[in-house]
Amino acid sequence: MLTFLAYFVATIFLIGFLSRIFVYARSPAPLKIPTTPAPTTRLGVIWRLVTEVVFFNSLFKSDKLAWAGGLAFHATLAVVLIRHARYFVDPMPAFVGPLQIIGIVAGVVMAAALAFLLLRRLVFERVRYISSRADYGILFLLLGIAFSGLLMDFVLRPNIVAIKTQLMTMWSSVTGLPPVNSAGDVMFLLHLLLVGALLVIFPFSKLMHAGGLFFSPTRNQVDNPREKRHVAPWAKALD
Amino acid sequence: MAHLAPYPGMPKHMEPMGFPGERVENWQQKGVEKLGELLKKYRSLQVYLDICVKCGACTDKCHYYLGTQDANNMPVQRAELMRSVYRRYFTPAGKMFPGLVNAVDFDEETLQKWFTYFHQCSQCRRCSVFCPFGIDTAEITMAAREIMNAIGVGHKYSVEIIGKVHQIGNNLGIPKPALKGTLEFLEEEILDSTGHDVRLPLDQPGADVLLVAPSADFFSEPHIQSLMGYAKVFHQAGISFTISSYASEAANFGMFIGSYEHQKKIAKRVVEQARDLKVKRLVVGECGHAWRVAYSFWNTLNGPLDFLDPRYPAPQHICEFTHDLLQRGALSLDKEANDNYRVTFHDSCNVARATRMGPKAGGQFEIPRDLIRASCNHFVDMDEDTIHEKTFCCGGGGGLLTDELMDLRIRGALPRVTALKRVMESDKVNFMALICAICKAQFSKVLPMYGISMDVVGGVHQLVSNAIQLGAKKGVV
Ligand code: SF4
Ligand code: SF4
Ligand code: SF4
Repeated sequence: MLTFLAYFVATIFLIGFLSRIFVYARSPAPLKIPTTPAPTTRLGVIWRLVTEVVFFNSLFKSDKLAWAGGLAFHATLAVVLIRHARYFVDPMPAFVGPLQIIGIVAGVVMAAALAFLLLRRLVFERVRYISSRADYGILFLLLGIAFSGLLMDFVLRPNIVAIKTQLMTMWSSVTGLPPVNSAGDVMFLLHLLLVGALLVIFPFSKLMHAGGLFFSPTRNQVDNPREKRHVAPWAKALD
Repeated sequence: MAHLAPYPGMPKHMEPMGFPGERVENWQQKGVEKLGELLKKYRSLQVYLDICVKCGACTDKCHYYLGTQDANNMPVQRAELMRSVYRRYFTPAGKMFPGLVNAVDFDEETLQKWFTYFHQCSQCRRCSVFCPFGIDTAEITMAAREIMNAIGVGHKYSVEIIGKVHQIGNNLGIPKPALKGTLEFLEEEILDSTGHDVRLPLDQPGADVLLVAPSADFFSEPHIQSLMGYAKVFHQAGISFTISSYASEAANFGMFIGSYEHQKKIAKRVVEQARDLKVKRLVVGECGHAWRVAYSFWNTLNGPLDFLDPRYPAPQHICEFTHDLLQRGALSLDKEANDNYRVTFHDSCNVARATRMGPKAGGQFEIPRDLIRASCNHFVDMDEDTIHEKTFCCGGGGGLLTDELMDLRIRGALPRVTALKRVMESDKVNFMALICAICKAQFSKVLPMYGISMDVVGGVHQLVSNAIQLGAKKGVV
């Protein structure tokens, strides 16, 4: 059952995500529209994108609270994801071990950041005004994932060893279900289902910003239109 | 509110452009189809409709929102007007659960909102500076206008002007004899005031440079002062130039209506004319969006421009041109000639956020300021959140410089005027220099509404014109 679900989720996520990326990559950008001042070299553009992805440069200029909350969430999410390797990879990579404590702290910060972002959405009139049910839905989903994860760390400990054994065989067994003997084990199932839900909606929602940013013409284009012609295939037909 | 909604285009304006004269019968279906077509043609549109996370960072960045407090003027909400339609017809979630994800039909009410609010965006791109993903609402506005034109719901002002360019050669519809008369008059004027025989040649084959200025430079105040400034620079440098009666317009409203085809057609007049007149260089006058089209699009639309002098293989901005001459010692400027002015500079958004001057990123900020500093003794910048790439639009760009939108234009100018007033009080500033014909026209009209005299605005080359010492040196060697 779980195995089936896992394959289902993974398929939707991978195919969905990649096909969106494919659409972005395939659609032409007929005119040069970098937001200037923009780098005049490819290398400069890569650096521009790195600063956007790692430091959220533009957001820093525009909204300090969103920047702080957003950066805290994304950075801790990265740490937490790396720490999760311990549950999936056997033997566990050496660098993941020492991450245990950092990972748990990161989990707490992540939940706090999400709560902060939710609060910000509710408190600031303009942000509340532009928020749709889908925006809240995604936030609640992420909060659910974070809290169920933290609960397992602090309160309702599931049988990790048994679960890992199950997970390692999950991809090949058809009948596999992790043990459901305690509240912790139930919490684990819930955690897993919420993650599955998130992955399923990922390609169909604003979560696609994760891949889309790299295709944003105002950020990824080199500022050299005077030196280089830049003709899209459909525009050639007009010559 | 009166004066916030644009006048619709009439059949006589729309049809010559290749657009339906009035709203087509199956407009809903046609509109959605057009959106589908544009999604395949423009990556910007496709990506930007998908990836907004509703962070709200852009909500207070648009001058029209700041001036009107109308929620639909928050960039994200403006885009949402199209996004909600996009979701309804192009995404699984919107097809299945429209209520959940805020997907709406392309119906009468939606179309009315589109017509109103996509004509309350000056395509200034300030929002794209601040968005974490660079989402450029101008791209969405352009697409919306293109879709509306395709179903016969156009904006009179822009289509009418494009018609004049195709028929007569410029936005103002100035015929050749009138243009010739004006240029001769200006030559006399300069002769009278300076004693120098500065020429403003028209249709002169074999000149070194084709000067393409916004047509307002020929007829409007204070634009005309800059035109005289350009002519004096050419004269002093000993570089011959000509204006073309066929391509007497730098502006390109094809961009405002989002039409690649019209943009290309309008730009083509210039390139053809440059070839025919056998000029070696192309120089563009003080106009914001014109410089965007020239800098960013000419080469792509109608290139390669391989007939130009290899040392100047691309169009240059008049500020780049003058700055280059100044650095090579070809001009002498007397700063004291502008001692009655305390000057600040308005970065026109199209120049600031969509183009460059000189080889280095950010040259579009430095080069005009260098020219101002070289021409006057007192220069001060406005608040740093309102200059360079964070500059505020004048409120009249993007095809909104029309009387029926006067209320909107006044409100949209508020953030810029607020920053201007501050330096007028703190630093006794009495002149705002700028390099955009639309900005000049807009401010001359709107500043008086804020109790500021219209002669506070003028071009950078107006200052150069006052300061230049004719005959002081003998041209470039
Ligand atoms: S800043 Fe960008 S991502 Fe954030 S709400 Fe505005 S358009 Fe959307
Ligand atoms: S492009 Fe300028 S006018 Fe249009 S929404 Fe963005 S900030 Fe406002
Ligand atoms: S008119 Fe001037 S300030 Fe306004 S959009 Fe154009 S360049 Fe910007």
